[in-house]
Amino acid sequence: MFVAWRDLTFAKGRFALMGAVVVLITLLVGLLSGLTAGLARQNVSAVTGLPADRIAFAAPAAGQDLSYADSVVTERQWRQWANTPGVTRAEPLGITTTRANAGERAAGVSVFGVLPGSSLAPAGDRIGDGTVVVSAAAAEGLGVAAGDSVTLAGRELTVAATRGDASFSHTPVVWASLATWTSLAPPAGARGGAPTATVIALDTARDADLAAGDRAAGTRTVTKDASLAAIGSYTSENGSLQLMRGFLFAISALVVGAFFTVWTIQRSGDVAVLKALGAPTRRLLADALGQALVLLTGGTLAGTALAAAIGAAVSGSDIPFALTPATVLAPAAVTIVLGALGAALSIRRITSVDPLTALGSAR
Amino acid sequence: MSLELTDVTLTYPDGDTRLTALDRVTLDVPRGTVTAVVGPSGSGKSSLLAVAATLVTPDSGTVTVDGTPTAGLSRSDLTELRRRSIGIVFQQPNLLPALTAAEQLQVMAGIDGRSPGRARGRALELLDAVGLAGQAGRRPHQLSGGQRQRVNIARALMNDPTVLLVDEPTSALDHERGAAVMDLLTRLTHRRATATVLVTHDRALLTSVDRIAEVRDGRLTLTAPAR
Repeated sequence: MFVAWRDLTFAKGRFALMGAVVVLITLLVGLLSGLTAGLARQNVSAVTGLPADRIAFAAPAAGQDLSYADSVVTERQWRQWANTPGVTRAEPLGITTTRANAGERAAGVSVFGVLPGSSLAPAGDRIGDGTVVVSAAAAEGLGVAAGDSVTLAGRELTVAATRGDASFSHTPVVWASLATWTSLAPPAGARGGAPTATVIALDTARDADLAAGDRAAGTRTVTKDASLAAIGSYTSENGSLQLMRGFLFAISALVVGAFFTVWTIQRSGDVAVLKALGAPTRRLLADALGQALVLLTGGTLAGTALAAAIGAAVSGSDIPFALTPATVLAPAAVTIVLGALGAALSIRRITSVDPLTALGSAR
Repeated sequence: MSLELTDVTLTYPDGDTRLTALDRVTLDVPRGTVTAVVGPSGSGKSSLLAVAATLVTPDSGTVTVDGTPTAGLSRSDLTELRRRSIGIVFQQPNLLPALTAAEQLQVMAGIDGRSPGRARGRALELLDAVGLAGQAGRRPHQLSGGQRQRVNIARALMNDPTVLLVDEPTSALDHERGAAVMDLLTRLTHRRATATVLVTHDRALLTSVDRIAEVRDGRLTLTAPAR
């Protein structure tokens, strides 16, 4: 690193320019990662927070994908799953989006219908036919607290408690009884019995024969994480944002690679001299890669710090930004790794520099 | 002998044929002596230097540096031999723009796997030996042409080579500075007992060398210098 370090301080302008590019790319990736995670949380936190490991959907027609919007399950299917060996708990869960009013205020909410006393909902024991539990965001949006009244699709209900921050498809969740949910959004179209809910939340043991359970109940069961793909808005939104993130990572690697390609060409004369003087190629490669890592790490740390500072500033506001190690450190690590890869590919040309060119008057 | 070239032949591709750059050249250079290689452009002087520097492998013949025959050595072995036993003074100083005069020398310790920081004392000592005691902290663009060439010479001596190969060291200097550099090289050769091969086109500067090897059409003839 003797020469590399002095190059960094000697060619300050060039490296500062490249460092600024790395800072900006990292900042952009960091902000996009925080926003992606924040939007995802708004989309799926009600599902990911369910105390269940599997979700059973009504088996879709041939050629159709699973969908929370289309699935309707019956009481027979629920009971079938409840009696399946290896299933420790099976609870029906109804989901619908509706409008809630409280006084002058109105807000779109997702109503999650559960059995009274269910552990699927926070403070499930407070849920009854005339009572609901509202999430913090819904309570804030509607301006209600425990004991207040809230109207869901024309039906007046009492807020039993305010708990959690679950949201679904970008709307805050109101936990209601299954009977209330049914009255708000009467499901239709269930095959083989009266419709009961949207899906069945399952807790299963390792030896549970899920395939046999699906065949018997006429359902399709997936893991809770896999069920997120059945939320239409999440799939399209998350896919677009992840694509943007991927492109940013690729651009970052290409920009760093392009910079070090030009830099290596510029200093190929110096490399030839060092080789002629007896410098091993591996030492020159390590030197150049170390230089790239210093630039990448410095730029990435600065960009990440900026992204974290901006994230901290907007957290708690209406901007859905998730500031977690996963959204801050993981993109930084990926930026460094891909940037180093781009640099490594560029500085490979050091191996082909001929020390003979250092002799004579060609330089 | 510290540098021995025996029956060395080197050819280059030239269209459909091959051009003979060195034709059965034999040259032994003892330690503590300066052998000047002269000849017209294209006569093979630079090829001889490249072969002696282990940068080019001859078609036939043997090259022995500091008692080590170079035939059959791997590229990394040749690099190590160059690093440990050969000092090269380039025609142009070829100094690294980011480094100060002292650091140009310290880098030689770095490429040898030693601490450049600990080599600073020796670098300053060598700079002093070439008359640059007060210029250690200057970068190449802050030095004159003659001073840069002195740094070039000091760098070549940093790893205590037994063979010193010098390529047209005065080509960019006026006669007075050229003579001073030649004098310096001769003194350093005798003091440090290096086997020095010096390629030059300037016959006026050859009074202080021990032997003159004239290359013409790839063939080498040894003569004594005119005193």
